[in-house]
Amino acid sequence: MLSLFQTHAHDFLTGFGWTIASSVLALIGSLILGTVFALMEVVPNKAANIIGRIYIEVLRNIPLLVITMFFYVVIANVVKISGFAAGTLGLTLYTSAFIAETVRAGINAVPNGQLEGALSNGLSWWQGMRYVVLPQAFKLVIPPLGNQFINLIKNSSVLAFVAGMDLMYQANMISQETFDTFGPFIIVAIFYLILTMPMSYYMRYLENKLNKEG
Amino acid sequence: MSMIEFKDVEKYYGDFHALKDINLDVEAGETVVLLGPSGSGKSTLIRTVNGLEPVQEGQLIVNGQDLANPQTDMNRTRKNVGMVFQHFNLYANKTVLENIMLAPRLVLKRDEAENKKIAMELLERVGLADKADKMPSTLSGGQQQRIAIARSLAMKPKALLFDEPTSALDPEMVNDVLKIMREIAADSSMTMLVVTHEMGFAKQVADRVIFMADGQILEDSPTEEFFANPKEPRARQFLSQIIH
Ligand SMILES: Nc1ncnc2c1ncn2[C@@H]1O[C@H](COP(=O)(O)OP(=O)(O)O)[C@@H](O)[C@H]1O
Ligand SMILES: [Mg+2]
Repeated sequence: MLSLFQTHAHDFLTGFGWTIASSVLALIGSLILGTVFALMEVVPNKAANIIGRIYIEVLRNIPLLVITMFFYVVIANVVKISGFAAGTLGLTLYTSAFIAETVRAGINAVPNGQLEGALSNGLSWWQGMRYVVLPQAFKLVIPPLGNQFINLIKNSSVLAFVAGMDLMYQANMISQETFDTFGPFIIVAIFYLILTMPMSYYMRYLENKLNKEG
Repeated sequence: MSMIEFKDVEKYYGDFHALKDINLDVEAGETVVLLGPSGSGKSTLIRTVNGLEPVQEGQLIVNGQDLANPQTDMNRTRKNVGMVFQHFNLYANKTVLENIMLAPRLVLKRDEAENKKIAMELLERVGLADKADKMPSTLSGGQQQRIAIARSLAMKPKALLFDEPTSALDPEMVNDVLKIMREIAADSSMTMLVVTHEMGFAKQVADRVIFMADGQILEDSPTEEFFANPKEPRARQFLSQIIH
């Protein structure tokens, strides 16, 4: 296995790089989108509530692979889009629905008096959210958000299906080339663990800390 | 000049008729105390005055704006009408000083140095200047409520609403808060609408007393008259229960 890694180090590391790139982009994108749609669900505006609800329900209940294929096959017919871009977009939208649910739960967990205090003080609804409610909501949902991010990293393996250059894609390629159906997957599993284990530990540490504080 | 004027106001929570045919006129500078048994609609009424609760019928003119009209920009009213809550509602993610400075900075665009100066003066006034950098959760209820009052005053409002500001406090904290409220009431330009069970405060500070029950205003009398000789049987019964 060590020799397999040595002969294909460049491929594995390239895959590792694309997996990290896709995960980071999707993490930032899904955090922004997820927050926007969480706000759409709680803003005092019926039309926005409905749009937010539909977005979340639809994306949450379609397999990630289907969303990704939609970008790779359907959208690629209209605009030129690489496998990496299609996969990362699919991953972003899919994850954003879960993050929206998480952030909304956090917003609902902040006592109503916080927003009422802000409104009575003259702040607009948006200002109250931005400066008072959201900072508290995010703090409350750090543990579940961390789990979403760990899922996101694992789900980035969907890029392999659309030639996204990622770890899983490299493992497939190397496996076909060397007829080794075992080694390449063990090696990429280790790479995934290198990314997810520290996050997992950090989350557990944070949860313990928050529990003690709470 | 009227600061707060209810004209034939009706308020519903779904099917529940919470405020019935409310007519009430509070002049600028007046201090009015709202009394009544629990569940009579005092919180509901006071919360309609800054648009935290919408009303469905009638007119509710606050500082010249009709809050019963859905087109009205509530934010404009809220800039001029502060509110102090039973449970303080200080921003849990901000220090004491930031609690006071946030709204003037965002809403009034007050210059930062000026903002800090005013905030510190207010903290001085409520006797808590040494707590400026503390988080609200580390303070006692009485201290939090004094800071909540300072936060409202920082906006230089024309009117202040108080919804049972001392009901959640330990007895020994109550007087510190009432003392500050008395000082505010002494400022002849401030309009105050206060829900409280502190009868001593009401007698001493209120210009008028409103008595509510079942979502209705049953009595609206000058303070001395109300306490000496309440007209309504239910007001009489309420007073005898509170005092004994
Ligand atoms: N958000 C609400 N939804 C439904 N009913 C409510 C709501 N808030 C208050 N009520 C009802 O309205 C009535 C008046 O309540 P409230 O204004 O809080 O009375 P008070 O402050 O005098 O105790 C009560 O019967 C209460 O149950
Ligand atoms: Mg009440």
